[in-house]
Amino acid sequence: MIPAFVVENSPALMIIVPFVAAFIAPFAGRAKPAVRALVVGGAMAITSAITLLLASDVYAHGTRLYVFGAQAATLAVPQDSGGIPVRIMFTVDPMSALMLVITAIAAFAVVIYSLTSERHHSGLGSYYTLFLLMVTGILGMVATGDIFNFFVFLEILSIASAGLIAFRIDGGVAVEAAIKYFVLSTIGALAILVAIGIYYGEYNALNMALIAQRMQFTLLDQLALVLIIAALAMKCGAVPMHFWTPDAYSMAPSSITALLVVASQASLYGLFRTVFSLYNITLNAACVGWLIIILGVLSMVVGVTMAIPQKNVKRLMAYHAVSQTGYMLLGVGVGLAVLDNQPLLEAFGYMAMEGGIFHIINHAMYKGLLFLTAGAIFFRIGTYDLNKMGGLGHSMKWTMVFFIIGALAIAGIPPFNGFASKLMIYESVFVFNPVLSVIAMVVSILTLASFVKVFHSIFMGPVLPEYKDVREVPGPMLAGMGILALVVIVFGLFPSLVVETLVAPAAHALADQGMYIAAVIGGGA
Amino acid sequence: MDMLFTLDTGTGFWNPLLWVLGTAVAGVIAVFLYSLGERGYKKGTAQTEPFISGNPEPEKGLVHVRSGNLYWGFLDAMDGYYRRLVPLHTGDLDDYVLWYMGITALFFIVVVVFR
Repeated sequence: MIPAFVVENSPALMIIVPFVAAFIAPFAGRAKPAVRALVVGGAMAITSAITLLLASDVYAHGTRLYVFGAQAATLAVPQDSGGIPVRIMFTVDPMSALMLVITAIAAFAVVIYSLTSERHHSGLGSYYTLFLLMVTGILGMVATGDIFNFFVFLEILSIASAGLIAFRIDGGVAVEAAIKYFVLSTIGALAILVAIGIYYGEYNALNMALIAQRMQFTLLDQLALVLIIAALAMKCGAVPMHFWTPDAYSMAPSSITALLVVASQASLYGLFRTVFSLYNITLNAACVGWLIIILGVLSMVVGVTMAIPQKNVKRLMAYHAVSQTGYMLLGVGVGLAVLDNQPLLEAFGYMAMEGGIFHIINHAMYKGLLFLTAGAIFFRIGTYDLNKMGGLGHSMKWTMVFFIIGALAIAGIPPFNGFASKLMIYESVFVFNPVLSVIAMVVSILTLASFVKVFHSIFMGPVLPEYKDVREVPGPMLAGMGILALVVIVFGLFPSLVVETLVAPAAHALADQGMYIAAVIGGGA
Repeated sequence: MDMLFTLDTGTGFWNPLLWVLGTAVAGVIAVFLYSLGERGYKKGTAQTEPFISGNPEPEKGLVHVRSGNLYWGFLDAMDGYYRRLVPLHTGDLDDYVLWYMGITALFFIVVVVFR
């Protein structure tokens, strides 16, 4: 039913469709806003469908190579290339596929929401151009098998994100947040570019699989590793490099904040891809694993404790995003710490990695949902200040329901998805080091306490006189939130199915460097 | 069926279906207890008005406990922690960059020393 051309070229199409639509959107808007909505909504729907098609193909048949400009899409190593994969290629393994699934679902929900939530604002031509470029950047980052291409897509993502953070200007405060994000992103990207230069100078290669195969872990490789880890840890908001996160997350339009969460997780993916696929056991796994664990614990604790006193609901949620990133770093960090010890890896390492990776997809869904609910409240009452809110549960019942689902999920309350991934992290990390597991549980309790406060402040109490005319948000905004809420519930009710089909293959693909290298160097036509 | 609902967590398991069933049973018991309650309740009468020691009810906007008043005890108890943590969040881009550079340098030392 689906044309073979689409299946065969899905890695390229999922990038081309949003990229081309990004530059059509402003012209479509000049004809009529409805035409622009059709172009943007249609492009995002097609992109999500192609992306999910590619992901399902990867889960069914294994890693997909897509070599740009080659005679055959899987011809990674041409006969006259001296055994070097010379062309730009996408290497989509189950870990990449998982990130593609996250992006496809979240971006589709966000675009449905945005078409209504942003309709009264000016500059929507630029807004949707940057939005679609963000999607292009994220998809490219998680699909590419070429490290220079990773840098290019990271830059596309960063530039588009900075533009969208500044979108509402807000007396200059949003612009300031965007400048902070942009300066840090640029410095981080520069560090990554230096690391890429080191790899190219040492190994004469930009293909990740080839670099991995030739990796010697020299002093220069150690420098490159540190430059990449620090830059991507900063980009994903790990403490103590998280300071830009509350500024940027709180000032961006809420729909964009939901996508910024996915963007941060694409950076997290880059970090994991680097340490596992590029270096693997050539590095001191315990040392780097503990570095990532410490980043995770700091992120969990500082994130949640900074969230509790916040008065701005989006800053509060931003600090919780930092805190939740800590769980992912903790889970995958534990897996890395025992990577060179097969019995321990089998005993709890894989489980910790699966928990961390499962938390990535869960977090994208419930945190995206929570940011969209914050946007829905702002859409009706025009403030993010918790001290000015109250009684909105009387008039915004659906928004309240979606908020409850998101809040319970982030707090790790069963049967929502956050509980399942946190349980996997608690139990596996407990075997590794009980103190870390206890910290993770305490952080979860504090998260619940924080969201009880937010729920009370926004929705409980009598109808306040100033909000007596407030109504529920329009249907499309509810639909956007509904998609994410549905995923939160379904993933919570069928965690085993999700872990077996999506998460475990991703964790094993990440840990198995040999398979990644063989898919490119040993694969090909 | 078991694979569909039961998540193996390494040292234990998690079955959301059992939890949902347990919650449903608890809900049925709660509804049963509720049904045994006072039936003479009349909505919209003086019965439903709050009794605040005989004092008049304040305006609706004054009744709501605002966000700033919540968890003051926790924040007060943790004052020493917050007095150190909050000032680190200066909002100054120079500080953000310095933290990033400092962590990069620290990581490099650790990775090289423990290679």
